[in-house]
Amino acid sequence: MHEIIQYIESYLTSDKTPGAAGNMFWALVYIMLVFAGLSVAVIAMNWLERKILAHMQVRLGPMRVGPHGLLQPIADAIKLLLKEDIMPAEADGFVFWMAPLIVVLAAFTVFVVVPFGPTHAITDMNIGILFMLGVSSLSVLGIVMAGWASNSHYPLIGALRSSAQMVSYEVAMGLAVVSAILMTSLNAEGTGTLSMIGIVQAQQAQGEWFIFKFFPLGLIAFFIFAVAMVAETNRAPFDLAEAESELTAGFHTEYSGFRWSLFFLAEYSAMIAVSSIAVTLWLGGWLRPFPNLLSGSTWDLLFSLFPGVTFLLFAAICFYNTARMPKHPLFRIQTIGLAGFGAVLGVIGLVLFVPAVSVRVQDIFWFSTKVAGFMYLYIWYRGTFPRYRFDQLMRMGWKVLLPMGLGVLILTASVALLQQKIWHP
Amino acid sequence: MAPVATPFFFYLLSGIMLIGGILVITRKNPVHSALALIVTLLAQASIYLMLYAPFVAGVQIILYAGGIMVLFLFVIMLVSIERSMKERQFNSQWVVGMSAATALGGLFIAVYTKGKDIFPDHALSMVEDDNTQKVATMLYGQYMFAFEIASLLLLVAIIGAVVMAKKRI
Repeated sequence: MHEIIQYIESYLTSDKTPGAAGNMFWALVYIMLVFAGLSVAVIAMNWLERKILAHMQVRLGPMRVGPHGLLQPIADAIKLLLKEDIMPAEADGFVFWMAPLIVVLAAFTVFVVVPFGPTHAITDMNIGILFMLGVSSLSVLGIVMAGWASNSHYPLIGALRSSAQMVSYEVAMGLAVVSAILMTSLNAEGTGTLSMIGIVQAQQAQGEWFIFKFFPLGLIAFFIFAVAMVAETNRAPFDLAEAESELTAGFHTEYSGFRWSLFFLAEYSAMIAVSSIAVTLWLGGWLRPFPNLLSGSTWDLLFSLFPGVTFLLFAAICFYNTARMPKHPLFRIQTIGLAGFGAVLGVIGLVLFVPAVSVRVQDIFWFSTKVAGFMYLYIWYRGTFPRYRFDQLMRMGWKVLLPMGLGVLILTASVALLQQKIWHP
Repeated sequence: MAPVATPFFFYLLSGIMLIGGILVITRKNPVHSALALIVTLLAQASIYLMLYAPFVAGVQIILYAGGIMVLFLFVIMLVSIERSMKERQFNSQWVVGMSAATALGGLFIAVYTKGKDIFPDHALSMVEDDNTQKVATMLYGQYMFAFEIASLLLLVAIIGAVVMAKKRI
């Protein structure tokens, strides 16, 4: 018993990720935390997307279940779980059954290497970014399998569109990623790294986020990635694979109930995964804004207050809306619930002010905030851009993004070489 | 991190690879064959990981499982399954098959029994940390010329495919 406690405690003084330190217990804890966090994020995204889209279109969005529809995702989840699970009679049973599992596995496995902080990752791999791109590219297989196994026309066309789109945008995406990885090698030893934590540490060492590196080269590479990642996750304006007006629902037309909800889960966690890649490669990962310009203990203290203040702000919004709830007795339970939710958020906010907690947690806060920005962008795109036609999509991928990616890669390499050979010999 | 239960995982992954390989040739449905091939390729990637070659494993997943096999499936899905189900799977050329299998099996047995004398006894050293960097210096330093020739060959193949497929360029 004593040895077990010692084993658990031995990690606490380590400055490595649990996977790198080889501590099984903490690795399991981190896996569960990441899984729980992702599930909560997907639930929150479900509500936020409907709400924000509705407000963009001057509607109210879900209002009935819970105050401001806060419990709508839970109601949806219960509905999906209780729905009858239908399999088409002519479907290929095994492949039909496997497809959603593969998509979900691919979408969740990539989070093994996502660096929420210098020590807050399940593990740190030497091939981190390669692993993320590789495993997330496996989700195409699941989509193709789903479309084919349904033995129906719309899913097959949807799967064909989806796989063609994902395979062609992967090329441009890869080129953008390579030009960011090239920037990691601009140090004294001249060796770059593929490790997700190493990439962020390289940005810290070079004193700038890669989006601003060799302006505007980093920015263009980031732009290419930002476009390709929307196409890669089959989201609007590149959601031809599930264009409602043409293909009903694309590759998951024949899926219902729980299986469909697995596709939903995978889509949103894939969105979070590609956003984390973008944040890690170009936006400084877990680094707070201006770590070099506004350094010093005063600024450190000020920025460490951000997580707590944010949660207190959420709590204040909850309390404000509690006060505005209708005073009718039918709304009493909802009012109490909203006040309770606000109180929980407030307590979390207060706990985050404790220095010991905030030092450990603020990396996670900055990382999640940046990812949340991308999530908002996704919703914004969906609310504003019209859908592309398929030939436009292909032209965009192969004739615009790919040449741009190649050009940026060559220019980045040349500028980096010049900088190392001439300016700083 | 020290390796855990190496023999167990080696036999597990080899078993998955063998079963996948057998399924590839015995399944009548080409889509099932392709899926079995993907399983084999993924197990192979894991074996590369066990051999402390994470870069090769990652490239194997991206290129083979994620790229080439998707194109395979893409083409197979458009082929009529009904017709291919009726096609004969095996040509009964027992003599050729048996002799090839015996030759290969004999080679394997010879390597297994005499391998210690033929091959130098190299223990694997753990170089997990800078594997990718080593591959990079090898490819772009020592074997630069061979690498560039290989990529030129691929470029020629792509141009050739385009020329053959398109009537008017």
